[in-house]
Amino acid sequence: MTKELFIQGNEACARGAIEAGCRFFGGYPITPSTEIAEYLSIALPKVSGSFIQMEDEISAIGSVIGASWSGIKSMTATSGPGFSLMQENIGFAVMSETPLVIVNVQRGSPSTGQPTMAGQGDMMQARWGSHGDYETIAISPSSVQEFFDFTILGFNLAEKYRVPVLILADEVIGHMREKVRLQDNVETLKRIKPKEDLKDFLPFKNVENGTNPMPSFGDGYNIHVTGLTHNELGYPSTISPKDHSTLVKRLVNKILKNREDIISTDFKYCDDADIVLIGYGSPVRSIIEAVKIGRKNGVKIGYLKINTPWPFPENEVAKIAKSADDLMVVEMNLGQMVHEVERIAKNNANVHLFSEIGGTLPKPTDILNKVKELL
Amino acid sequence: MAEKNKQDFITDEEKNPYIKYFRKDRLPTIFCSGCGIGITINSFLKGLESADIDFNNLSLVSGIGCSSRVPGYLNCDSLHTTHGRAISFATGLKIGNPDLNVVVFTGDGDASAIGGNHLIHAARRNINLTVICINNNIYGMTGGQVSPTSPEGSLATTAPYGSIDTPFNLIDLVTAAGASFVGRWTTAHPLQLSKSIKNGLLNNGFSFIEVVSQCPTYYGRKNKLKTPVSMIKMFKENSINKRRADTLSEEELLGKIVVGEFVNKKREELSKKIDDLSYIKSGRNTIRKSAYIL
Amino acid sequence: MEGIQLENQLTYFKNVLQIINCILVSRMIKEIRIGGFGGQGVILSGLIIGKAATLFDKKNSVQTQSYGPEARGGASKTEVLISDEEITYPKVENPDILVVMSHEALLKYHKDLKKEGILIVDPDLVHIEVISEFINENKIEVYEANVTKIATEEIGLKIVANIVMVGVITKITKLISIDSVKKSIIDSVPKGTEEKNLSAFEYGYNYNIS
Repeated sequence: MTKELFIQGNEACARGAIEAGCRFFGGYPITPSTEIAEYLSIALPKVSGSFIQMEDEISAIGSVIGASWSGIKSMTATSGPGFSLMQENIGFAVMSETPLVIVNVQRGSPSTGQPTMAGQGDMMQARWGSHGDYETIAISPSSVQEFFDFTILGFNLAEKYRVPVLILADEVIGHMREKVRLQDNVETLKRIKPKEDLKDFLPFKNVENGTNPMPSFGDGYNIHVTGLTHNELGYPSTISPKDHSTLVKRLVNKILKNREDIISTDFKYCDDADIVLIGYGSPVRSIIEAVKIGRKNGVKIGYLKINTPWPFPENEVAKIAKSADDLMVVEMNLGQMVHEVERIAKNNANVHLFSEIGGTLPKPTDILNKVKELL
Repeated sequence: MAEKNKQDFITDEEKNPYIKYFRKDRLPTIFCSGCGIGITINSFLKGLESADIDFNNLSLVSGIGCSSRVPGYLNCDSLHTTHGRAISFATGLKIGNPDLNVVVFTGDGDASAIGGNHLIHAARRNINLTVICINNNIYGMTGGQVSPTSPEGSLATTAPYGSIDTPFNLIDLVTAAGASFVGRWTTAHPLQLSKSIKNGLLNNGFSFIEVVSQCPTYYGRKNKLKTPVSMIKMFKENSINKRRADTLSEEELLGKIVVGEFVNKKREELSKKIDDLSYIKSGRNTIRKSAYIL
Repeated sequence: MEGIQLENQLTYFKNVLQIINCILVSRMIKEIRIGGFGGQGVILSGLIIGKAATLFDKKNSVQTQSYGPEARGGASKTEVLISDEEITYPKVENPDILVVMSHEALLKYHKDLKKEGILIVDPDLVHIEVISEFINENKIEVYEANVTKIATEEIGLKIVANIVMVGVITKITKLISIDSVKKSIIDSVPKGTEEKNLSAFEYGYNYNIS
């Protein structure tokens, strides 16, 4: 059965989490993400789940990691300043292969910035905000419906690859209200218990596809989970070059080798386009409007909508770079993902940036005017 | 056939009755000889046995520092987390599955410097965790720096002229924050310590047990207490029971280590309250291990 | 050479004109902006209108809002777009309908109104005369409704002024059906306050608008 609602993005996200099987939320209030915590504080006890408001964002993600190892799908939600505080434990979640979802409803930044306005300044922080080599999965919704759908997707990817998944939304999507179709029977990915005997089980085995089944605490596996470099048993092994490279490469490759499964993009009018607009998150709304108007006026313009900024959709961008002469990245920062596009496309297409900071969505007419200047 | 030493016939269990709880493939430990952590582990395991707690239902959580390496040597589920944050991980673990017995091993730096905020909030919430804080008054893992519990005047690599800082009294701190069981002993009191650990484990709420412990390698060497024996002797000589301490003035207590059980009271516990709320709102307790079925 | 340049320029201007024309034609979207101060329930009124349009009138609608750091008394604004087609760009640049419930909002937003647009004000909260030049020049249709007074005197609840205003908006704009708005109000207001709010709506809808 489907239900239609007219709700805010943040509420859609929280409802998506419940549908995905999230039964623990640990968070700390921060604008513009707070409605997610507020909604879940009401909803979780009704589905036999737990909600806790922690003392800061560091402990918020700490509690989420702990809850995940207790065998519960868990989530936190925050915005820029809180996301910064979470970085160290995001690295721990990567290293310990703890599935969880972190929602970042981005606001104007740096620092405290613009709490009630939108921004996309955390894209690169999402990539490598914690220290060390790692790959991450990040998903950016551009509608309230997508905030619901992508939160479910986020939980499924987190379980599938045992990674922290970042939902990089922004204030526009978080606070906007739109009609959402809520499916009752969404497809969720259940966590898989190890099949092996307790004695034979290697919790961090160097398996081909990179991801091991995950027992929870209290299952009798007596596993040791550490942020230190560890061997297949999970025991610290901090001075073996081989153990370190084996572990870190497996963690990185379980994302990189499954790009095709993880990456999601949408595109339109790209085949004959002279110029393709590229974006993610709420500015995609401006992009599509600009393309609509442009096409009606005979401008050969198309768009590529990136649903998963990380891992970066290299093949998709490369393909478009071969057919279009110009690519223009539209983002609400001073140019972050544009460097990724440049890295992939610079030999085949001219890469341009349409940058809008200040907290409001780029205007479609402004985008088109810049397109006109280029063509 | 070569003649065997007599020692070869002594089993591990005879050497240490608690060896069965260890991950034997991880021994020897990284701890220095004479370190107080060994006494603490034995006292903990003794307390665990006397509290009749199922070892298989035990989860150990720790942060960073020498004390935080303890869980890695014991053969139960263990989570070795980031510096100072163990209690917040433990909070999620306990709420996620209130049936687990969750014990946190931490140190003075881990619990009261970088992790001080989590410590007081866990005490405030009275969440059922047992926190064993091995306080050696120094940062051992990083090579002997001053800590928030280093006595004024004590020497450390970052207090070369003697510490000019005022130390925390961890007992007062967690008591004020609302912990429902609070105890302090030194490594010179292994029996009393194991009894307090037992009481802490049995307390349905936030239990904090401080173990004043020796770090002969850094604290001792810097502060004219070179051998473990001299340090333990110092603990013994300077310890004073809470009951006696209550009759003494602040001046008389200067330089003394007050030991005993400071708080043991019943107070509503957090994970139970969350469970109860779930029961009221959904008709059942919070769902355990739901990631495998949802 | 010069001829080609001139031709290029002409084509360019033609394109720009086309674009502007297309924006006007293609955006068969009605844009409403409601401005006031925090605590008036401005955002709830936008939510009710958007919900009525989508869930009950089966149209498309997007509602956005902006607000400052103040919980009460600061500027508050909501924007609602209603269309038969899918709405991509969710922001309102030049509203067809501007509703203001504070003088500050009147001063701040009136210039964005489309030519021949609709302006609805609570005359007790604004000095409409300060923008009379703008109204005349742009042939703005002005409606005055003392919604705060009605809420206070007829319902005995000042806080339902926003719902009285929703009634006025429903009547004047005809963008949403009366039944849908009623359903939306029931679905959106706190339980137990439905009757008072519906009555506030009726007062607004039946208000003899000047």
